[in-house]
Amino acid sequence: MKYKKNILAAPYVLWSALFIIIPLCMIFYYGLTDKSGAFTMENILAIASVGHAKALWRSLLLSLISTILCFLLAYPLAMILAGKKGNQTGFIILIFILPMWMNFLLRTLAWQTLLEKTGVINGILSFLGLPPLRIINTSYAIVLGMVYNFLPFMVLPLYNALAKIDENIINAAKDLGANKIQTFFRIILPLSVPGIISGVTMVFVPALTTFVISTLLGGSKVLLIGNVIEQEFTQASNWHLGSGLSIVLMIFIIINMLVTALLEKE
Amino acid sequence: MQKELIKLEHISKSFDGQMVLDDLSLNIHENEFMTLLGPSGCGKTTTLRILGGFVNPDTGKVIFDGADITNVPPNKRHLNTVFQKYALFTHMTIAENIAFGLKIKNKPKSYIDDKIKYALKLVNLEGYEKRMPDSLSGGQQQRIAIARAIVNEPKVLLLDEPLGALDLKLRQEMQYELIRMKNELGITFIYVTHDQEEALTMSDTIVVMNQGYIQQIGSPESIYNEPENAFVADFIGDSNIIAATMIQDKLVEILGARFACVDTGFGTKKPVDVVIRPEDVELVEPECGTIKGVVTHLIFKGVHYEMEVMANGFEWLVHSTVLSPVGKEVGIKVDPFNIQIMNKPESEDEEAIAIEI
Amino acid sequence: MKFAKKIYVALIFLFLYAPIGTLIVLSFNASKTRSKWGGFTVKWYVSLFQDETILQALGMTLLIALLSALAATVIGTISCVAMNNMKRRTRAVLMGVTNIPMLNADIVTGISLMLLFISFGLRFGFGTILLSHITFNIPYVILCIMPKMKQFNPSVYEAALDLGASHITAFFKVMLPDLAPGILSGFLMAFTMSLDDFIITHFTKGAGIDTLSTKIYTEVKKGIKPEMYALSTIIFVTVLVLLFLVNAAPDKKQDAVL
Repeated sequence: MKYKKNILAAPYVLWSALFIIIPLCMIFYYGLTDKSGAFTMENILAIASVGHAKALWRSLLLSLISTILCFLLAYPLAMILAGKKGNQTGFIILIFILPMWMNFLLRTLAWQTLLEKTGVINGILSFLGLPPLRIINTSYAIVLGMVYNFLPFMVLPLYNALAKIDENIINAAKDLGANKIQTFFRIILPLSVPGIISGVTMVFVPALTTFVISTLLGGSKVLLIGNVIEQEFTQASNWHLGSGLSIVLMIFIIINMLVTALLEKE
Repeated sequence: MQKELIKLEHISKSFDGQMVLDDLSLNIHENEFMTLLGPSGCGKTTTLRILGGFVNPDTGKVIFDGADITNVPPNKRHLNTVFQKYALFTHMTIAENIAFGLKIKNKPKSYIDDKIKYALKLVNLEGYEKRMPDSLSGGQQQRIAIARAIVNEPKVLLLDEPLGALDLKLRQEMQYELIRMKNELGITFIYVTHDQEEALTMSDTIVVMNQGYIQQIGSPESIYNEPENAFVADFIGDSNIIAATMIQDKLVEILGARFACVDTGFGTKKPVDVVIRPEDVELVEPECGTIKGVVTHLIFKGVHYEMEVMANGFEWLVHSTVLSPVGKEVGIKVDPFNIQIMNKPESEDEEAIAIEI
Repeated sequence: MKFAKKIYVALIFLFLYAPIGTLIVLSFNASKTRSKWGGFTVKWYVSLFQDETILQALGMTLLIALLSALAATVIGTISCVAMNNMKRRTRAVLMGVTNIPMLNADIVTGISLMLLFISFGLRFGFGTILLSHITFNIPYVILCIMPKMKQFNPSVYEAALDLGASHITAFFKVMLPDLAPGILSGFLMAFTMSLDDFIITHFTKGAGIDTLSTKIYTEVKKGIKPEMYALSTIIFVTVLVLLFLVNAAPDKKQDAVL
């Protein structure tokens, strides 16, 4: 049944070669050469310099914390939503996609207004007689911004995985004598692993590489690896160094994928 | 027989290096109800898809009404297919489904309307024009799939396990419906199934296939009563297939006892296989039988009892309306006409050649 | 327990929608600074329509979103049809490549495209933004259509051929209607992603051209114009109303889109 349909693949094969594969190769080319075009590892080893290493370490730490927080917040939510009767997938996706129609820079900036010294949250806290929250322009605000921005990417895959679990499987576990906690850890959690994996990837990667959230909520005090790379491209115009650091970043993305893939196998 | 309509000549086809059809040749006549019967993977569906034009054979020719149509695309062939699981267009009404082929041929509206009416009447679903396929039961969807195909007035209708998704009762009903429709339309039906009962009920000719080879072609009666090899005997109905020795013409030694039979020409002292249908095994008093045995199992099947009798080291399957309890000693007797002698296949290839005659 | 669940869901939604509420409130704030409430006003909604630069950025954003979503939908649909007929291994390779822009960091995708455009000597501007947006939109379209494609019964397509339809007729009359919900949601997804994108646009835009995102980013340091709050409120409310209308429509097919 080869209705000459292979020709149909040509436009996209060409497109992906030109705009996905070649650009990636260019990053490797720039990252592994210096300005004269000679091979060098310097751009990659530059990650070891104090400033860069610190930014990378901070990025890893903050994105890891954000991912864990997202997971802890999203899992109960996804379970509650999946437990609802009837097919509400459309509505739930809608609720989480809807905020995207308000520009994400503005939404993140709105947290400034909420978190400021004299902002809304501190107004409520002082009204309740509680001490004010001073987290704006710190790493805490960045974590909050990450959790806020990427929470939907954790909820949706978890919801999809949990909603797919046949109710009779859970009933069977109960029938065989498992209590609620055993059912959760032995049946529900293992069955939702594919959802957890895609959720973790979808939160961890953008959190690790962001430069916007740190710019908007961290003031200019907290630099992440994303900020360093962005500056190399837009201000310092050192594409070689920027590319080299991007390769390092990609290595961490690949490590994340490998770890999750291994977890999935188990 | 009517005149020949389709000839398949030396068709071979393999998928990913796996041979599905090997040098298959077959003649199909006008107004014939032909069934391709065999287990899954035997090549029957591939044969049908080659006829429909959905698969091109690696070698060989498809001749239709004297013309070579091997490379004619499906939309230019004068045959139509009723697909497994119906393949109705779910976004169109029943009327739109049936009208699809006619609209493509730019038939006038009045003609199309008449055809829809006629087709729905033929399949006993008058008044369903405006309904959507999803609102119909499986059996009704099946009828619509047939109506959609036959309005195009094909000379041949190809049916790919059309009753496979229906429950038993509906399946039996549809078998009679299909025979009635075929008689009314007066066209050729080529029918693919793995259900031997379906094949025996409906067909003029049955083609038994296995592993890409035709095992036997014949009328339902000849296929059932005179299977040419152990595969056919085993696949069609229940049977006792026993290794035996042909002593001389009309005498065969089965499990150490000599039985009279009617076959000749197998030589003397030649190893053969014999087929004895379970309903042809007579249970008599021990001293009246050719061999003696003991009933080991008994199941009530409705029309008859199914029993297993251990005799001379072989478990005989017996169907009888007379009950013999487990543990009873019985004699086994077989009418000479009911012993079918088959050559032992020495290899798979020989098995195939032997029956192509 | 039920009460606790409700509270929990409510808190999460408060978290998600608090900034949106804040922005809507700010759009009616007479004071120009974010941190003070200066009384209720609608003047930003009026001045918005006199602000050439914002309107231009809006036009650019919508144009790019529309064109890139359309192009990605067409390319994505065609490639889904093609991929469906591929051998398993070839298809797996192409799907792997498709996943790269989604799994990779936006910043890496952005700079990789920037390097590509530089070495091809392309002038940075509308064209480069459009090419980039099409590139990151195609995977979303494929992601939306592929499941529908897998559900599609190939016999239905064959049935159309069997009844005399050509491949083109069979595609448009039989396959396309079946894929339509997936194609539509792919288009909407692509449109949304393009509209919301900042990072990739940031690296592939030239001087003198701005989408709403990049314009807001440059305004961050000198202070966001309140007209921006007004504009995003209008966009948000429009989408909300549209979605409400679509969901209220009794047509089942449209429900399936969301």
